[in-house]
Amino acid sequence: MSARSVLDGGARPGHDRLVRIVAPIVVGLAGLALWQLLVGVVGVSAYLLPSPAEIASEWSANVGPIADGTWITGSNAVLGLVVGGAVGVLLAALASRLRWFDLMLAPVVAALAVVPIVALAPVLNSMFGADSEFGRRAIAAIASFVPVFVNSLRGLRQTTPLQRDLMRSYAASGSQTFRVLTLPSAAPYVLTGFRVASSLAVISALVAEYFGGPRGGLGAFISTSAATSAYARAWAYVGAAILLGLALYLVTVAAERLIGRLLSGGAR
Amino acid sequence: MSKHETTAPAVRATGIGKTFDTKAGPVQALTDVDLEVAAGEFVSLIGPSGCGKSTLMRLVADLDGPTTGRLEVFGKSPAQARQDQDYGIAFQQAGLLPWRTVADNIGLPLELHRMDRSARAARVAELAELVGLTDFAGSYPDQLSGGMQQRVAIARSLAEQPRLLLMDEPFGALDEMTRERMQTELSRIVAETGAAVVFVTHSIPEAVFLSDRVVVMSPRPGRITTLISTGIGPGVVRDEQLRETTGFFEKVTEVREALHGAPVGSSAREGR
Repeated sequence: MSARSVLDGGARPGHDRLVRIVAPIVVGLAGLALWQLLVGVVGVSAYLLPSPAEIASEWSANVGPIADGTWITGSNAVLGLVVGGAVGVLLAALASRLRWFDLMLAPVVAALAVVPIVALAPVLNSMFGADSEFGRRAIAAIASFVPVFVNSLRGLRQTTPLQRDLMRSYAASGSQTFRVLTLPSAAPYVLTGFRVASSLAVISALVAEYFGGPRGGLGAFISTSAATSAYARAWAYVGAAILLGLALYLVTVAAERLIGRLLSGGAR
Repeated sequence: MSKHETTAPAVRATGIGKTFDTKAGPVQALTDVDLEVAAGEFVSLIGPSGCGKSTLMRLVADLDGPTTGRLEVFGKSPAQARQDQDYGIAFQQAGLLPWRTVADNIGLPLELHRMDRSARAARVAELAELVGLTDFAGSYPDQLSGGMQQRVAIARSLAEQPRLLLMDEPFGALDEMTRERMQTELSRIVAETGAAVVFVTHSIPEAVFLSDRVVVMSPRPGRITTLISTGIGPGVVRDEQLRETTGFFEKVTEVREALHGAPVGSSAREGR
């Protein structure tokens, strides 16, 4: 019965998918129209909220800097995500094996999770020089590390005593048990960690630009534009930052799906 | 392969004791257990919770070690028997890996023991047919009912053609109808494979229906109190008619009385 419905799920007419794509677009367009109406007709001051049309014209006037800024902030975020995530997975693997290591690491991770970027960014900037992107990458890495570590550790502990008994009864080696049982159980959790971390990496890389260091990233542009009362331009950069965050998020979602599919079909 | 040396009994336990260290102090789970299970014999362990029947099975499987006494599986240490895959095991929960298909779950032990792909596929197909799941080989565990999942677990436990099956309440989570059907099927499968079985259960009729011998245990400390031969024998076809015979009812009564530690007067023979 349920086998049927799962099979039918893929073959059902494209109705569902159409609705899923069209509905958010309609909501978005309606929102933009309302926004334009509020600013243009009702007369909310441009100081508080520039109209979408103004933002769009600022966007097209600054395509070059926006693209450059997105590249700089984006590469900082991606590097931070990759390095921080890798360290997170590795340390989680150690912590899941060694109880003392877990106990030792837990307070450090809890502390890292609440370190304010405001405090850390200037320190790192003065440590590594005002012309280095390193501080921002480090901040993105720290921000990414925490959710990846926490989720991975949880994932690596998902095997049940029953499953472990079974593996023991098959006289499976430690590495076999890891490959066949522990890793596939942990994978969805690890990927969820990366999905959460992807947004955090972008936000952290961006906010870190507020506290000195080289100019040219989206965060630096946002703060400069806002400081010179160019609010529409600031919003254009904010738009780019949102797109960047969404793009990275979608990449991690795609990775999650891909690995999920490999796990369920790859063993054959 | 040493599948044909049938001289050694499947299980020989001598003076087995098991003590668990808990926060509340040591708990004696088993004391002075002597038991021999012949090759090809079906033996049920029955008793109230805490009588150590599951513990005894786990010792045979080398999932735990005895505190005292001597345990042999086909004349070897349990650890060696586990390494040699002399036994197959199934628990109350099927314990299937949800990301693997039915076929891949059944073939898991074979995959771990590096049987090559084509031989594995053939063996898995054979096992799926044995438990009546040929049509579901490509399904995932969450698409199956509890009874079907348990069939997968049984097929998996048979993958390495073990001479001994260890089963810890494999039908405990199933409804009564499914349970009786699975019992009939298990007895057919066991007859086909000729494996010895150590079967842990709470159910008196289940123990009598399936077994050649029923081992009655009692708790605090866990020990064997009575051994009852069902007299049904391995050659007898266990079908629905067997459940209706007087001999079957008499044995059920005998096991029940042994469990309660005193004869239940025949006039006051009420169901529990």
